[in-house]
Amino acid sequence: MTYEGWILLTACLVGISCGMVGCFLIVRRMTMLADAISHSVLLGIVLAFLVANSLNGIYMLIGATVIGLVTTFAIQSLHNSGVQEDASIGIVFTTFFAIGVILISLFARDVHLDVEHALMGEIAFIPWNTYTVFGIEIPKATGMLLCISLFATLVILLFYKELKLTSFDAALAVTLGVPVALIHYLLMGLVSITAVGSFDAVGAVLVVSMLVVPGSCAYLMTDRLSVMLLYSCLFGAASAIFGYYGALLLDASISGSMSAAGGILFLLTWFFSPRYGLLRRYRTMKTS
Amino acid sequence: MIQDMWNALLHQPNTQWVVLSTMLLGIASGVLGSFALLKKQSLIGDAVAHAALPGICISYLLIGEKQLLVLLLGATATGLLATYLIQLITTTTRIKKDAAICLILSVFFGTGIVLLSRITQQAGGNKSGLDHFIFGQAAAMTRDDVYTMAGAAGGLILIAFLLFKEWKLLIFDPDFAKNSGLPVGLLETLFSTLLVITVVIGIQAVGVILMAALLIIPAISARYWTDRLGWMVIIAGAIGACSGIVGALISTISTGLATGPLIVVTAAGCFIFSFIIGPKRGLIQKLMAHHVSAERLKEESL
Amino acid sequence: MEALNVKDLQVAYDRKAVLEQVELSIPKGSLTAIVGPNGAGKSTLIKAILGMLKRSSGQISILGKPYSPKNRNVGYVPQRGSVDWDFPTNALDVILMGRYGHIGWFKRPSKQDIMLAKEALHKLGMADYADRQIRQLSGGQQQRIFLARALVQDAEVYFMDEPFVGVDAKTEKAIIDLLRELKHKGKTVIVVHHDLQTVLEYFDHTLLLNRTVIANGPTEQVFTKDLLQKTYGGTLAFFSPTGDKRVMS
Repeated sequence: MTYEGWILLTACLVGISCGMVGCFLIVRRMTMLADAISHSVLLGIVLAFLVANSLNGIYMLIGATVIGLVTTFAIQSLHNSGVQEDASIGIVFTTFFAIGVILISLFARDVHLDVEHALMGEIAFIPWNTYTVFGIEIPKATGMLLCISLFATLVILLFYKELKLTSFDAALAVTLGVPVALIHYLLMGLVSITAVGSFDAVGAVLVVSMLVVPGSCAYLMTDRLSVMLLYSCLFGAASAIFGYYGALLLDASISGSMSAAGGILFLLTWFFSPRYGLLRRYRTMKTS
Repeated sequence: MIQDMWNALLHQPNTQWVVLSTMLLGIASGVLGSFALLKKQSLIGDAVAHAALPGICISYLLIGEKQLLVLLLGATATGLLATYLIQLITTTTRIKKDAAICLILSVFFGTGIVLLSRITQQAGGNKSGLDHFIFGQAAAMTRDDVYTMAGAAGGLILIAFLLFKEWKLLIFDPDFAKNSGLPVGLLETLFSTLLVITVVIGIQAVGVILMAALLIIPAISARYWTDRLGWMVIIAGAIGACSGIVGALISTISTGLATGPLIVVTAAGCFIFSFIIGPKRGLIQKLMAHHVSAERLKEESL
Repeated sequence: MEALNVKDLQVAYDRKAVLEQVELSIPKGSLTAIVGPNGAGKSTLIKAILGMLKRSSGQISILGKPYSPKNRNVGYVPQRGSVDWDFPTNALDVILMGRYGHIGWFKRPSKQDIMLAKEALHKLGMADYADRQIRQLSGGQQQRIFLARALVQDAEVYFMDEPFVGVDAKTEKAIIDLLRELKHKGKTVIVVHHDLQTVLEYFDHTLLLNRTVIANGPTEQVFTKDLLQKTYGGTLAFFSPTGDKRVMS
């Protein structure tokens, strides 16, 4: 495959995996938690690097998942002790992120990991860092993302019912014997690994936009969760592709451009969605 | 290292200025952050901070040089636009506030990154110095920057002092405030505008990503020490000031470390301290209260 | 003179009418109960009158003049659930908020304001609780704080939104004593009330409301089986105006 092909594939995988997971965050009103986790993941990656002294994907995955769950747990504990939820989120992720940035500048300055990378990823370098699987040479980051996307799809398919029920009515789920807390941590774990998988491509901050924007667009298009998931993947992939060509056109950051493209897609759905768009609202208001 | 910090503080006028301005910034964000926290608007500050980045870049592209006041005007404009859009999305669609905040935050920031990468391409390297706005670099501030920031922070503190009573009522019970004849809409708008200004003047020292922490952490920490708003605001201001001073000092003596993360980590230290020691619902106090009530229960059952 | 006059009031949420064609007047010096089933729009009526909700139409006059908060002749007691009880403030401070309209911009409460607030605390039997953070008060005490705050507003017409909900007997007594004292001083008190058993005993004027005014007049005339059935529809199962009055759903 060509250089451009690999980049497009990687970007689309980011859009699709984040889009799927993001849907649940939106219907559960937990996008802020995802924002927090995606920032904290930086600390996980740095710590994994400091401990294992390598940038191997598997260490990063472990480090980030652990920190992601620690973040969720810390926010929950603070909230339980009486701190408002949004404030607990604000404290935990900014602190973790700050520690991560300091550690990078202190210890990891000369390696591949740097602050800039953390911020916006380095999708343009991905196709150069490859390994060979079954005789095909594929970029490491793309391979990891592929695995993560498959894993996320599998988890969502397996636990679709439970995820849906706990999102809609946690109290009912409890009475039906669904392990609500476990499902919550499962989803947060999923957010963490998707965030790590996307780290190389879009960085720790912009992954938030991939998690939230496609899902928000999809939320305005349909009332059914399963359809919303499909729409969300579609919007995710679309913002990745438009973003890439936009970046080529402007000669600017690809990840930033992907997120901006998502913004434009959202603007369009916001106005023109056949179901919940402003235009339709305006029309029904006029006729009634 | 402590020795170096003292030397810098005592003998280098530039350091003194930078420290003074981050101190004032810390006070202003502690004070405004307390109100924002009680108004449940902490994370709006986060969105505003991220949204400031495209504003800064657009101003820079328009005037072609790094002139702080103009850049901050641009930042204020996009910051206000972001708060307005969040409001609009939550009122005109079924998207909830948290998702709206995340959406606006990340899209504006992404746009900012696009513009920033274009600017660095043009300038050939990092000459523009705009990347300092991302994590904050207090040491890079010029004398004029310091004046601008200190003046604005001082103004904010003064206004908060004058409107203390009105804001308190507005946040505690907006319906009652309206009934008391306060111009609720005007006070709300003024507050959001001043919150945006606080965030905007802070981004040069703390950076767009972490500025929200300076609004949230001192305010939350102060809550563990008092049950009165007046004291809360003062203590939050003090914690903010202390974080600003320590962060700026460490950053200026060991060049290369960004100021923002250092300020945030200092503030987080203050939070942990307050969370454990604080006399109002702090950890130790809670454990002791629990112990006492358990003892009492035991005695009663005997 | 009428304490309150409402003409052609309409309120809609999301284009669905909540209140329609509300026309009413309440005599000065009365103790008025607003009574009606859940969802009848009782709180909405008060909030719409006081401009806290947007009205689709309607003219409101208080003591013969169009309502404006600037006249400072209206006191308000919101529902207890409407504020953040973790707010860093104490009982005395909340009561002082009732004086903010009088104190004016940029000024702090004077000694006289503080004295008034302390008097109000004392009157409601709360003198010992001045320094308590408001979360640490019982439900009844919190309600009394709200009443004390309205008291120091020094208004002519008071609106109270469900002040008797979830309070203990002592608080109920304190509140009703206060209402009678206010009436005695010639003030008008309008209360959203949910407990049909006490309407006859506490209030001399009653407004039956279910999305529009069903009846409005002296309690003895309005509080009849027919009119109540009309207000509550099928939910009123058993009622006798003399013996025990009970509402079952």
